[in-house]
Order: sequence, then C-alpha cells, then structure tokens
Amino acid sequence: MQFDSFAAFINMGGYAFYVWLSFGVTFVAMGIIAIQSFIKHQNLLKQVVVEQERKARIKRARKQQQAST
Amino acid sequence: MSLYHGIFKRDMQIAFKQKAELVQPLMFLLMVVTLFPLGVSPSPDTLQRIGPGVIWIAAILSSLMAMERLFRDDFQDGSLEQYILSGMALPAVSAVKVAAHWLVSFVPLLLLSPLLAMFLNLTVDMYVALVLTLLLGTPLLSLIGAIAVGLTVGLQKGGVLLALLLIPVFIPLLIFATSAVDSAALQLPYHAQLAIIAAMLLLATALAPFAIAYSLKVSQN
Amino acid sequence: MWKWLHPYAKTERAYQLCLTLQPWFWAGALLCLSIGTVWGLAFAPQDYQQGDSFRIIYIHVPSAILSMGTYVAMAIAALVGMVWQWRTAYMSMIAMAPIGAVMTFIALFTGAAWGKPMWGAWWVWDARLTSELILLFLYMGVIALYGAFEDKQQAGKAAGVMALVGVVNIPIIHYSVEWWNTLHQGATISKFDNPSIAPEMLWPLLINLLGFAFFIGAVTTVRLRNEIVLREMHRPWVQTLAKQQLANTQQKRAANQNMTEGN
Repeated sequence: MQFDSFAAFINMGGYAFYVWLSFGVTFVAMGIIAIQSFIKHQNLLKQVVVEQERKARIKRARKQQQAST
Repeated sequence: MSLYHGIFKRDMQIAFKQKAELVQPLMFLLMVVTLFPLGVSPSPDTLQRIGPGVIWIAAILSSLMAMERLFRDDFQDGSLEQYILSGMALPAVSAVKVAAHWLVSFVPLLLLSPLLAMFLNLTVDMYVALVLTLLLGTPLLSLIGAIAVGLTVGLQKGGVLLALLLIPVFIPLLIFATSAVDSAALQLPYHAQLAIIAAMLLLATALAPFAIAYSLKVSQN
Repeated sequence: MWKWLHPYAKTERAYQLCLTLQPWFWAGALLCLSIGTVWGLAFAPQDYQQGDSFRIIYIHVPSAILSMGTYVAMAIAALVGMVWQWRTAYMSMIAMAPIGAVMTFIALFTGAAWGKPMWGAWWVWDARLTSELILLFLYMGVIALYGAFEDKQQAGKAAGVMALVGVVNIPIIHYSVEWWNTLHQGATISKFDNPSIAPEMLWPLLINLLGFAFFIGAVTTVRLRNEIVLREMHRPWVQTLAKQQLANTQQKRAANQNMTEGN
C-alpha cells in the first residue's frame, strides 16, 4: 500500500478532486454504454416477438375472413 | 388552454424522436468553434479576445440550421393548414411552437456553453456574461427567426435564403451581446447591453407571434 | 490463409461467435480492470514529479491507445465490407463506433483532468489534443452518417467510406508529439526492450490496457448482436432465438420471484 491510511488514499496527495473525477467519469461512461447496449438488446428481442405475434394475428384474421366468405 | 398544451407536447415528442436532427446542429457548433483556434491562433490571449464573438457567431449559424425544422414537417404533412383552418389563434400556436423549438434547440447549447468557454479560454466573469446574453438572446433568435422560417417554409430551396434574410436582422443582437461579454472581460458593468437585449426580447415576444402568423398564412396561400 | 474467417460473413455464425466470446470478454474485462485499477490506485508508486495525480495515467493511456485502435479496427471492418461485400463487416464497424467514441471521450476528459493540476489548463490547442478531438468528431460523423440512411446497406457503405477517409488522422495523432512542438509529453511505451517507465508502473498500465480492450470487445459483441437482430428480424433463426431468449429471461425472473417469496 502506498498510502498510510484510508483518508490518505482518498486524498490522493492533494489531487483528490482530479483523480476521483477522472476515475468516476470513466467508470460511469463505461457503465452507461454497457447498460444501454444490454437494454437495447432486451428491447430488440421483445420487438421481434411482438412483430411475430402481430403477423400471426393478421394471418389468423385473414384466414377467418376467407373461411366466412 | 389544453389545445396549446397539446401542441407543445406534440412538438416536444416529435423532436425527441428525431434525436439526430437535434444533435447535428450542436456538433456543427462544436466543430465551428474548434476551427477558430486552429485557423486563427491557439494563443490563449487571442482566443479570449475573439471568444465571445466566435461563440455567438457559431450559435447564430447553427441556429439557422436548426430553425428550418420549425414549420417544415407540419407544412409537408398538412398539419399547418389544419392549424390555420381550425380557428385557433394562430399567433398563440406560433408562440407555443417557438417555445418548444427554443427548449429543444437552445437549451442544449446553453449546456454545451461551458465546454465552448473552456475551449476559447474565457474567464469566469466573461462566461457569466455570455450565459446571460445567451439566455436573453437565443429566444430572440427563435422568435425573429420563426418569422423568416414561416415565409420560406413552402419554398423548395430555402436553405441559404433563410440565412440571407436573418443574418442582417441578427447583427444588432450580436453587437450588444459581444459588447456585454467584452465589458465583463474588462471588469466593467454590462447592465446597459443586457437591458437593450431584454427590451428587444420583450418587443419580439409581444409582436413576433402576429408576424409569424401572418407569414404562415402568406406561405400557405 | 483467412479461410477460417469466411463462415462469419453469415449473420447467424457471427451471432453465435458473439455469444461464445461474450462471457470470456466480460470476465476478462472485470478481472483485468479490477486488478489494474486497484494496483494503479493503491499499490503503484507515485511519480516523483507529479505525485498521486500521476495515477490518472492508468485510465488515460489505455483509453487513448484504444480510441485509436478501435478506429483502426472500424476502418479494417469497413475495408472488408467494401472489398468482400460482407454485411457482417459493416455491422461490426457500426457496433464498434459508439464504444470507440466513449474511449475517445474518456481519453480527452481524463487528459483534461490530469492537465489542470499539471499544466494549469484544462485545455490547450496543441497538436495531440486537437487531433484526438478531431478523432471524436470523426467517430460522431460515422455514427451520424450511418443513422441518416434508412437503408442500412447503403448506410454501411457510406459510413465505411467515411471511416476509411478518417483513418489518416490516426498516424497524425500518434506522431503529433514528434512532428510538432507540443505540451503533451512523448510516448510512454515506445521502446519495447527498454521502456522509459518503471516496471512497477508499467504492469498495472498494461493490465488496464488489456482490461479496457476486453471491455471494448464485450460491448462490441452485445452491439453486434443488436445490429444483427435489427437487420435480420424477418429471418426464422432470429425469431426462434428471440422467443427462446425471452422464455429464458421470463423463467429466470419467475425463479427469482419464487426464491424471494420463499424466503
């Protein structure tokens, strides 16, 4: 450990603001893009299923129409 | 009252669906500001001297790009005609649309302004003055701009014509805004410049909606 | 020589490859980033000149190197797409673009946060900083151009040309510290046999570099799968896959609920 105490670690030799700002913004930015990619993935899969169900419904409705006429 | 609220909501929703159209003028603004240190001089003193003017000019140019979408989509799909025929007060409709457009186009500019100020080495005093001029001046850009946008909305090749119409009209605003920031740089008071910009804004708020309504009727024939 | 790559021109194989690689990339990223960051923040020695602000290097240098690396990878993908007409190449290109832009942003931001205590200024218009900023603009341009087209085939071709034209900026960034008088210091990891940086500082730097690279790979696999699903929505294999995945997640959610209710 390069630091004598946890307080010294947080203080970073006086450069606390700059060091923690850098590390903080970096991991937040990485987190945002990772999470956004995952959420988009889930939404896309849901979209595929919804589209499929919609097409199946339309097909069934058409068949019913043809059967009744 | 709820009708106008509905128009406001609709405009905001449409704007957020077309995120690319909103982001591109901002990118343009950022890149134009970047050109000046590279093309003129990267020396911090020079940048501080030209900074306020550069940011205001870049804001005016990028706002000219963003303004075209104010009435264009409504004109093309016929909603504008519906607004005119509906019996709603067209000046009020125009005011609401301009308000939505300002929120969506210029608030991001205000949020980006600290970055621009840092790029051009402005001091904190200058930045405060810049923000005040932007807050008072950008609604003025939207209001006056909307008049010209209303006139050119039906034209096929609006583009540069809009710029030609609006740049002369924006020059007084540019002069007072940069004068305010330059006074701030010299630690002098700049209330006078802000007051004049505010007066122009009040005049525009009172009169522009009627002018916009008239210009829309002219375009719609 | 490159015949083993040919199956991945098909979207289905590419999707499977992403699924295979993904857990390794995430595990690698988590492992390397935790080790590298903790080592760099707490155990590496401080610089005799710059003190503890030096620790920003463990993020700044890897993200800067990879911002350029990702752009070159994008350009190579664009080239493959153009020459061999692979759709998956264009899809990989656009999958990598946002994470490359994020890396460029991180490099610029951490550089500014490091520069303020060191040089006294958040930003100066020196050659390296300016060319890295131009790299960010290039990324944004590629993403904007791709998004502007409805037909994504056309979009890929257009964005590919843009990416290739912009690759000329990469050597400029890299050699800017040699060609111009810049405030930014020279290369840290230039000589492989005799590096100008102490080993106790070099190791966490390299581990973080690997960690960031794994992270970029991991996010790219997710985004490539997204692009594939988006473009191939009508294909049967996508539809069976989507149903399967959704059923899995619903199962997991039900299992979690049972566990919490049981306890």
